[in-house]
Amino acid sequence: MKICISACGKDPDSEVDPQFGRCNYFVIIDPEIGSVTSIINPGSEASGGAGIRAAEAVVGAEVDTLLTGSVGPNAFSILSEAGIETHSGIKGTVAFALREYQSGKLALLENSNASTHSGMNKS
Amino acid sequence: MKIAIASGKGGTGKTTVAVNLALALEDVQLFDCDVEEPNCNLFLGFELEPVEEVTCLFPEINPDKCTLCGDCADFCRYNALAALPKKILLFPSLCHGCGGCSFVCPAGAIEEKSRSIGIIEKASSDTPLTFFHGILNIGEAMATLVIRSLQRHIDESRPAIIDSPPGTACPVLAVLGCADYCVLVTESTPFGFHDFLLALEVARALKVPVGVVLNRDGLGDSRVEDFCRAEGIPILLRIPNDRMIARLYSEGIPFVKEMPEWKEKFEEMFETIKALACKSTGVQ
Repeated sequence: MKICISACGKDPDSEVDPQFGRCNYFVIIDPEIGSVTSIINPGSEASGGAGIRAAEAVVGAEVDTLLTGSVGPNAFSILSEAGIETHSGIKGTVAFALREYQSGKLALLENSNASTHSGMNKS
Repeated sequence: MKIAIASGKGGTGKTTVAVNLALALEDVQLFDCDVEEPNCNLFLGFELEPVEEVTCLFPEINPDKCTLCGDCADFCRYNALAALPKKILLFPSLCHGCGGCSFVCPAGAIEEKSRSIGIIEKASSDTPLTFFHGILNIGEAMATLVIRSLQRHIDESRPAIIDSPPGTACPVLAVLGCADYCVLVTESTPFGFHDFLLALEVARALKVPVGVVLNRDGLGDSRVEDFCRAEGIPILLRIPNDRMIARLYSEGIPFVKEMPEWKEKFEEMFETIKALACKSTGVQ
Protein backbone atom coordinates (compact mmCIF):
# COMPACT_ATOMS: atom_id res chain seq x y z
CA MET A 1 0.00 0.00 0.00
CA LYS A 2 1.47 3.31 -1.09
CA ILE A 3 1.11 6.30 1.20
CA CYS A 4 1.84 9.78 -0.13
CA ILE A 5 2.74 12.72 2.15
CA SER A 6 2.96 16.36 1.08
CA ALA A 7 6.34 17.67 2.18
CA CYS A 8 8.95 20.40 1.96
CA GLY A 9 11.74 17.92 1.13
CA LYS A 10 12.30 14.49 -0.40
CA ASP A 11 12.84 12.10 2.51
CA PRO A 12 11.25 10.85 5.76
CA ASP A 13 13.15 13.41 7.83
CA SER A 14 11.79 16.33 5.82
CA GLU A 15 9.17 18.64 7.29
CA VAL A 16 5.68 18.02 6.03
CA ASP A 17 3.93 20.76 4.05
CA PRO A 18 0.22 20.96 4.85
CA GLN A 19 -0.57 22.90 1.62
CA PHE A 20 -1.43 20.09 -0.78
CA GLY A 21 -1.44 21.96 -4.10
CA ARG A 22 1.61 24.12 -3.46
CA CYS A 23 3.96 21.80 -1.55
CA ASN A 24 7.40 21.13 -3.07
CA TYR A 25 7.47 17.33 -2.94
CA PHE A 26 5.38 14.27 -2.41
CA VAL A 27 7.16 11.58 -0.42
CA ILE A 28 5.73 8.16 -1.24
CA ILE A 29 6.25 5.40 1.28
CA ASP A 30 5.24 1.76 1.08
CA PRO A 31 5.54 0.51 4.68
CA GLU A 32 4.96 -3.12 3.67
CA ILE A 33 8.09 -3.30 1.52
CA GLY A 34 9.91 -0.39 3.20
CA SER A 35 10.35 1.66 0.05
CA VAL A 36 10.65 5.49 0.04
CA THR A 37 10.48 7.52 -3.16
CA SER A 38 9.59 11.10 -3.92
CA ILE A 39 8.21 13.14 -6.79
CA ILE A 40 8.37 16.88 -7.39
CA ASN A 41 4.93 18.49 -7.17
CA PRO A 42 4.27 19.91 -10.63
CA GLY A 43 1.64 22.18 -9.05
CA SER A 44 4.14 24.08 -6.90
CA GLU A 45 5.11 26.41 -9.73
CA ALA A 46 1.77 26.50 -11.57
CA SER A 47 0.28 29.95 -12.13
CA GLY A 48 -3.18 28.52 -11.54
CA GLY A 49 -4.84 25.17 -11.04
CA ALA A 50 -2.01 24.01 -8.76
CA GLY A 51 -4.18 21.54 -6.88
CA ILE A 52 -5.34 19.98 -10.14
CA ARG A 53 -1.78 19.44 -11.35
CA ALA A 54 -0.74 18.10 -7.93
CA ALA A 55 -3.68 15.70 -7.70
CA GLU A 56 -3.05 14.46 -11.24
CA ALA A 57 0.56 13.67 -10.28
CA VAL A 58 -0.48 11.87 -7.10
CA VAL A 59 -3.02 9.80 -9.04
CA GLY A 60 -0.36 9.05 -11.67
CA ALA A 61 1.96 7.76 -8.93
CA GLU A 62 -0.70 5.15 -8.10
CA VAL A 63 -0.88 5.89 -4.42
CA ASP A 64 -3.66 4.54 -2.22
CA THR A 65 -3.62 7.06 0.58
CA LEU A 66 -2.71 10.74 0.83
CA LEU A 67 -1.67 12.45 4.07
CA THR A 68 -1.79 16.24 3.90
CA GLY A 69 -3.31 19.36 5.42
CA SER A 70 -5.58 21.46 3.25
CA VAL A 71 -7.11 20.31 -0.02
CA GLY A 72 -9.20 22.53 -2.29
CA PRO A 73 -12.39 21.47 -4.09
CA ASN A 74 -10.81 20.88 -7.53
CA ALA A 75 -8.02 18.70 -6.16
CA PHE A 76 -10.43 16.85 -3.90
CA SER A 77 -12.72 15.96 -6.79
CA ILE A 78 -9.78 14.36 -8.64
CA LEU A 79 -8.56 12.46 -5.57
CA SER A 80 -12.01 11.07 -4.80
CA GLU A 81 -12.66 10.25 -8.48
CA ALA A 82 -9.46 8.20 -8.41
CA GLY A 83 -10.44 6.54 -5.13
CA ILE A 84 -7.55 7.91 -3.09
CA GLU A 85 -8.23 8.14 0.63
CA THR A 86 -7.17 11.53 1.94
CA HIS A 87 -6.33 12.16 5.58
CA SER A 88 -5.61 15.63 6.94
CA GLY A 89 -3.90 17.11 9.97
CA ILE A 90 -0.24 16.34 9.28
CA LYS A 91 2.54 18.08 11.22
CA GLY A 92 6.21 17.55 12.06
CA THR A 93 8.30 15.33 9.83
CA VAL A 94 7.18 12.93 7.13
CA ALA A 95 8.07 9.93 9.34
CA PHE A 96 6.09 11.42 12.25
CA ALA A 97 3.05 12.00 10.01
CA LEU A 98 3.19 8.40 8.87
CA ARG A 99 3.27 7.16 12.49
CA GLU A 100 0.34 9.44 13.35
CA TYR A 101 -1.61 7.97 10.43
CA GLN A 102 -0.76 4.42 11.42
CA SER A 103 -1.98 5.04 14.95
CA GLY A 104 -5.27 6.41 13.57
CA LYS A 105 -4.76 10.04 14.58
CA LEU A 106 -5.28 11.63 11.15
CA ALA A 107 -8.91 12.19 10.23
CA LEU A 108 -10.28 10.96 6.92
CA LEU A 109 -11.39 13.86 4.70
CA GLU A 110 -14.95 13.52 3.39
CA ASN A 111 -14.90 16.85 1.56
CA SER A 112 -12.41 19.51 0.53
CA ASN A 113 -11.33 21.56 3.53
CA ALA A 114 -9.94 24.66 1.82
CA SER A 115 -11.12 27.12 -0.80
CA THR A 116 -9.42 27.46 -4.17
CA HIS A 117 -6.24 29.60 -4.07
CA SER A 118 -5.83 29.14 -0.32
CA GLY A 119 -2.30 27.79 -0.82
CA MET A 120 -1.25 31.02 -2.56
CA ASN A 121 -0.39 32.81 0.66
CA LYS A 122 2.22 30.45 1.99
CA SER A 123 5.50 32.14 2.73
CA MET B 1 -9.61 58.67 -29.09
CA LYS B 2 -9.80 56.23 -26.19
CA ILE B 3 -8.88 57.48 -22.72
CA ALA B 4 -8.39 54.80 -20.08
CA ILE B 5 -8.86 55.80 -16.46
CA ALA B 6 -6.68 53.44 -14.45
CA SER B 7 -4.81 53.15 -11.14
CA GLY B 8 -2.74 50.53 -9.45
CA LYS B 9 -4.55 50.72 -6.15
CA GLY B 10 -8.28 50.19 -5.90
CA GLY B 11 -10.43 52.91 -4.38
CA THR B 12 -8.33 55.85 -5.56
CA GLY B 13 -11.12 57.43 -7.61
CA LYS B 14 -11.11 55.86 -11.11
CA THR B 15 -14.89 55.69 -11.30
CA THR B 16 -15.22 59.21 -9.83
CA VAL B 17 -12.91 60.62 -12.50
CA ALA B 18 -14.40 58.58 -15.35
CA VAL B 19 -18.02 59.46 -14.52
CA ASN B 20 -17.41 63.14 -13.84
CA LEU B 21 -15.24 63.54 -16.93
CA ALA B 22 -17.86 61.87 -19.12
CA LEU B 23 -20.66 64.03 -17.69
CA ALA B 24 -18.63 67.22 -18.12
CA LEU B 25 -18.16 66.67 -21.87
CA GLU B 26 -20.52 66.65 -24.83
CA ASP B 27 -20.91 63.71 -27.15
CA VAL B 28 -18.56 61.23 -25.49
CA GLN B 29 -18.97 57.55 -24.66
CA LEU B 30 -18.36 55.97 -21.29
CA PHE B 31 -17.37 52.31 -21.01
CA ASP B 32 -17.18 50.67 -17.59
CA CYS B 33 -14.61 47.92 -18.19
CA ASP B 34 -14.25 47.01 -14.51
CA VAL B 35 -16.38 43.97 -15.30
CA GLU B 36 -15.82 42.29 -11.95
CA GLU B 37 -17.33 45.27 -10.19
CA PRO B 38 -18.88 47.77 -12.61
CA ASN B 39 -19.73 50.76 -10.43
CA CYS B 40 -20.22 53.65 -12.86
CA ASN B 41 -23.97 53.17 -13.03
CA LEU B 42 -24.27 53.58 -9.27
CA PHE B 43 -23.54 57.25 -9.98
CA LEU B 44 -25.38 57.48 -13.29
CA GLY B 45 -28.55 55.61 -12.40
CA PHE B 46 -29.34 54.86 -16.05
CA GLU B 47 -31.88 52.31 -17.10
CA LEU B 48 -29.95 49.52 -18.79
CA GLU B 49 -30.84 47.07 -21.51
CA PRO B 50 -29.01 43.87 -22.44
CA VAL B 51 -26.88 44.00 -25.59
CA GLU B 52 -25.23 40.61 -25.83
CA GLU B 53 -24.12 37.58 -23.91
CA VAL B 54 -20.38 36.95 -23.61
CA THR B 55 -19.33 33.36 -24.13
CA CYS B 56 -16.18 31.34 -23.62
CA LEU B 57 -15.29 28.14 -25.43
CA PHE B 58 -14.60 24.97 -23.50
CA PRO B 59 -13.71 21.42 -24.57
CA GLU B 60 -16.19 18.60 -24.59
CA ILE B 61 -14.46 15.23 -24.67
CA ASN B 62 -16.08 12.32 -26.45
CA PRO B 63 -15.27 9.33 -24.20
CA ASP B 64 -15.76 6.89 -27.09
CA LYS B 65 -12.96 8.48 -29.10
CA CYS B 66 -10.67 9.51 -26.21
CA THR B 67 -7.63 7.24 -25.83
CA LEU B 68 -6.67 8.79 -22.43
CA CYS B 69 -3.27 9.76 -23.84
CA GLY B 70 -3.25 12.92 -21.70
CA ASP B 71 -1.86 15.21 -24.43
CA CYS B 72 -4.71 17.68 -23.81
CA ALA B 73 -3.98 17.98 -20.08
CA ASP B 74 -0.24 18.23 -20.78
CA PHE B 75 -0.87 21.06 -23.18
CA CYS B 76 -3.23 23.06 -20.97
CA ARG B 77 -1.11 25.70 -19.24
CA TYR B 78 -4.12 26.80 -17.17
CA ASN B 79 -4.47 23.30 -15.70
CA ALA B 80 -8.13 23.13 -16.65
CA LEU B 81 -7.80 19.46 -17.64
CA ALA B 82 -6.61 16.56 -15.53
CA ALA B 83 -5.70 13.24 -17.13
CA LEU B 84 -6.65 10.40 -14.80
CA PRO B 85 -6.14 6.72 -15.61
CA LYS B 86 -9.76 6.20 -16.65
CA LYS B 87 -11.02 9.68 -17.41
CA ILE B 88 -10.13 13.22 -18.43
CA LEU B 89 -11.62 15.71 -15.97
CA LEU B 90 -12.44 19.29 -17.00
CA PHE B 91 -12.50 22.31 -14.66
CA PRO B 92 -14.44 24.85 -16.74
CA SER B 93 -13.73 27.89 -14.57
CA LEU B 94 -9.99 27.54 -15.24
CA CYS B 95 -10.41 27.13 -19.01
CA HIS B 96 -9.37 30.17 -21.08
CA GLY B 97 -11.06 28.81 -24.21
CA CYS B 98 -7.85 28.80 -26.26
CA GLY B 99 -8.80 25.59 -28.11
CA GLY B 100 -5.28 24.16 -27.75
CA CYS B 101 -6.55 20.87 -26.32
CA SER B 102 -8.72 20.14 -29.35
CA PHE B 103 -5.81 21.13 -31.59
CA VAL B 104 -3.35 18.67 -30.00
CA CYS B 105 -5.81 15.78 -29.50
CA PRO B 106 -4.54 12.99 -31.79
CA ALA B 107 -7.87 11.14 -31.64
CA GLY B 108 -10.12 14.04 -32.63
CA ALA B 109 -12.08 13.43 -29.45
CA ILE B 110 -12.49 17.07 -28.40
CA GLU B 111 -15.22 19.35 -29.62
CA GLU B 112 -15.40 22.98 -28.52
CA LYS B 113 -18.65 24.18 -27.00
CA SER B 114 -19.46 27.62 -25.68
CA ARG B 115 -20.88 28.72 -22.36
CA SER B 116 -22.04 32.07 -21.05
CA ILE B 117 -19.61 33.91 -18.73
CA GLY B 118 -21.14 37.38 -18.63
CA ILE B 119 -23.23 40.02 -20.34
CA ILE B 120 -22.89 43.45 -21.95
CA GLU B 121 -25.50 46.08 -21.11
CA LYS B 122 -26.02 49.61 -22.38
CA ALA B 123 -27.95 52.66 -21.29
CA SER B 124 -31.28 53.07 -23.07
CA SER B 125 -31.17 55.52 -25.94
CA ASP B 126 -32.90 58.42 -24.17
CA THR B 127 -29.98 58.98 -21.76
CA PRO B 128 -27.70 61.97 -22.41
CA LEU B 129 -24.56 59.80 -22.49
CA THR B 130 -23.60 56.71 -24.48
CA PHE B 131 -22.85 54.22 -21.74
CA PHE B 132 -21.93 50.52 -21.84
CA HIS B 133 -20.80 48.18 -19.13
CA GLY B 134 -19.99 44.50 -18.85
CA ILE B 135 -20.67 42.07 -16.03
CA LEU B 136 -18.58 38.97 -15.48
CA ASN B 137 -20.59 36.18 -13.85
CA ILE B 138 -19.61 35.39 -10.25
CA GLY B 139 -17.03 32.60 -10.07
CA GLU B 140 -15.74 33.18 -13.60
CA ALA B 141 -12.14 34.23 -14.22
CA MET B 142 -12.08 35.38 -17.83
CA ALA B 143 -12.66 39.11 -17.38
CA THR B 144 -10.67 39.85 -20.54
CA LEU B 145 -13.28 38.22 -22.78
CA VAL B 146 -16.00 40.47 -21.38
CA ILE B 147 -13.72 43.51 -21.76
CA ARG B 148 -12.95 42.66 -25.39
CA SER B 149 -16.65 42.26 -26.14
CA LEU B 150 -17.27 45.68 -24.57
CA GLN B 151 -14.50 47.26 -26.61
CA ARG B 152 -16.13 46.13 -29.84
CA HIS B 153 -18.99 48.56 -29.08
CA ILE B 154 -16.70 51.62 -28.99
CA ASP B 155 -17.60 54.10 -31.73
CA GLU B 156 -14.15 55.09 -33.00
CA SER B 157 -15.41 58.39 -34.39
CA ARG B 158 -16.13 59.79 -30.93
CA PRO B 159 -14.03 60.11 -27.77
CA ALA B 160 -14.41 57.15 -25.42
CA ILE B 161 -13.70 57.23 -21.70
CA ILE B 162 -12.91 53.82 -20.31
CA ASP B 163 -13.11 53.02 -16.60
CA SER B 164 -10.42 50.38 -16.08
CA PRO B 165 -10.28 47.64 -13.45
CA PRO B 166 -7.74 48.18 -10.65
CA GLY B 167 -4.43 46.39 -10.41
CA THR B 168 -1.93 45.42 -13.08
CA ALA B 169 -3.17 42.02 -14.25
CA CYS B 170 -4.68 40.77 -17.54
CA PRO B 171 -7.93 42.81 -17.39
CA VAL B 172 -5.93 46.04 -17.03
CA LEU B 173 -3.67 45.06 -19.92
CA ALA B 174 -6.75 44.40 -22.06
CA VAL B 175 -7.97 47.94 -21.35
CA LEU B 176 -4.66 49.81 -21.61
CA GLY B 177 -3.62 47.82 -24.67
CA CYS B 178 -6.25 49.56 -26.77
CA ALA B 179 -6.04 53.03 -25.17
CA ASP B 180 -4.56 56.17 -26.75
CA TYR B 181 -4.03 57.80 -23.39
CA CYS B 182 -3.92 56.59 -19.81
CA VAL B 183 -5.02 58.69 -16.86
CA LEU B 184 -3.63 57.25 -13.64
CA VAL B 185 -5.68 58.27 -10.63
CA THR B 186 -3.75 58.15 -7.39
CA GLU B 187 -3.48 59.65 -3.95
CA SER B 188 -0.21 60.75 -2.42
CA THR B 189 0.01 58.11 0.28
CA PRO B 190 2.57 55.28 0.64
CA PHE B 191 0.11 52.69 -0.73
CA GLY B 192 -1.17 55.00 -3.44
CA PHE B 193 2.35 55.78 -4.62
CA HIS B 194 3.52 52.17 -4.51
CA ASP B 195 0.67 50.91 -6.67
CA PHE B 196 0.85 53.96 -8.92
CA LEU B 197 4.43 52.95 -9.80
CA LEU B 198 3.26 49.45 -10.73
CA ALA B 199 0.50 50.81 -12.97
CA LEU B 200 2.92 53.29 -14.52
CA GLU B 201 5.23 50.43 -15.44
CA VAL B 202 2.35 48.66 -17.21
CA ALA B 203 1.40 51.78 -19.19
CA ARG B 204 5.03 52.35 -20.18
CA ALA B 205 5.45 48.72 -21.27
CA LEU B 206 2.41 49.17 -23.50
CA LYS B 207 3.74 52.54 -24.72
CA VAL B 208 0.60 54.43 -23.72
CA PRO B 209 1.19 58.08 -22.73
CA VAL B 210 0.37 58.79 -19.10
CA GLY B 211 -0.97 61.71 -17.08
CA VAL B 212 -1.90 61.80 -13.42
CA VAL B 213 -4.98 62.87 -11.49
CA LEU B 214 -4.17 63.49 -7.84
CA ASN B 215 -7.24 62.59 -5.85
CA ARG B 216 -7.83 63.66 -2.26
CA ASP B 217 -5.09 66.22 -2.84
CA GLY B 218 -3.82 67.68 0.41
CA LEU B 219 -3.87 64.29 2.10
CA GLY B 220 -0.59 62.47 2.66
CA ASP B 221 2.62 63.99 1.37
CA SER B 222 4.20 65.26 -1.86
CA ARG B 223 5.80 62.00 -3.01
CA VAL B 224 3.65 61.54 -6.14
CA GLU B 225 4.13 65.16 -7.16
CA ASP B 226 7.90 65.04 -6.62
CA PHE B 227 8.14 61.86 -8.64
CA CYS B 228 6.02 63.23 -11.50
CA ARG B 229 8.07 66.41 -11.65
CA ALA B 230 11.32 64.45 -11.80
CA GLU B 231 9.96 62.09 -14.49
CA GLY B 232 8.18 64.76 -16.54
CA ILE B 233 4.74 63.18 -16.07
CA PRO B 234 1.96 65.79 -16.32
CA ILE B 235 -0.42 66.25 -13.40
CA LEU B 236 -3.69 66.79 -15.24
CA LEU B 237 -5.98 67.56 -12.35
CA ARG B 238 -6.07 67.80 -8.57
CA ILE B 239 -9.24 66.84 -6.76
CA PRO B 240 -8.96 68.18 -3.22
CA ASN B 241 -9.75 66.18 -0.09
CA ASP B 242 -12.98 68.13 0.17
CA ARG B 243 -15.95 67.48 2.44
CA MET B 244 -18.54 68.50 -0.19
CA ILE B 245 -17.05 66.14 -2.79
CA ALA B 246 -16.94 63.31 -0.25
CA ARG B 247 -20.55 63.94 0.76
CA LEU B 248 -21.81 63.94 -2.83
CA TYR B 249 -19.85 60.76 -3.50
CA SER B 250 -21.38 59.02 -0.50
CA GLU B 251 -24.82 59.99 -1.81
CA GLY B 252 -24.01 58.60 -5.25
CA ILE B 253 -24.07 62.03 -6.94
CA PRO B 254 -21.31 62.89 -9.46
CA PHE B 255 -19.91 66.14 -8.04
CA VAL B 256 -19.69 67.79 -11.45
CA LYS B 257 -23.51 67.99 -11.37
CA GLU B 258 -23.67 69.94 -8.12
CA MET B 259 -20.42 71.90 -8.38
CA PRO B 260 -20.51 73.51 -11.85
CA GLU B 261 -17.00 74.98 -11.54
CA TRP B 262 -15.70 71.42 -11.98
CA LYS B 263 -17.26 71.04 -15.42
CA GLU B 264 -14.74 73.54 -16.72
CA LYS B 265 -11.82 71.83 -14.98
CA PHE B 266 -12.72 68.48 -16.53
CA GLU B 267 -13.16 70.12 -19.95
CA GLU B 268 -9.68 71.65 -19.60
CA MET B 269 -8.26 68.29 -18.63
CA PHE B 270 -9.85 66.73 -21.70
CA GLU B 271 -8.28 69.38 -23.98
CA THR B 272 -4.88 68.75 -22.38
CA ILE B 273 -5.25 64.99 -22.88
CA LYS B 274 -6.22 65.46 -26.54
CA ALA B 275 -3.12 67.59 -27.12
CA LEU B 276 -0.83 65.15 -25.29
CA ALA B 277 -2.27 62.07 -27.03
CA CYS B 278 -1.86 63.69 -30.46
CA LYS B 279 1.68 64.75 -29.65
CA SER B 280 2.52 61.22 -28.61
CA THR B 281 1.03 59.44 -31.63
CA GLY B 282 1.61 62.17 -34.21
CA VAL B 283 -2.03 61.81 -35.25
CA GLN B 284 -4.25 64.90 -35.41
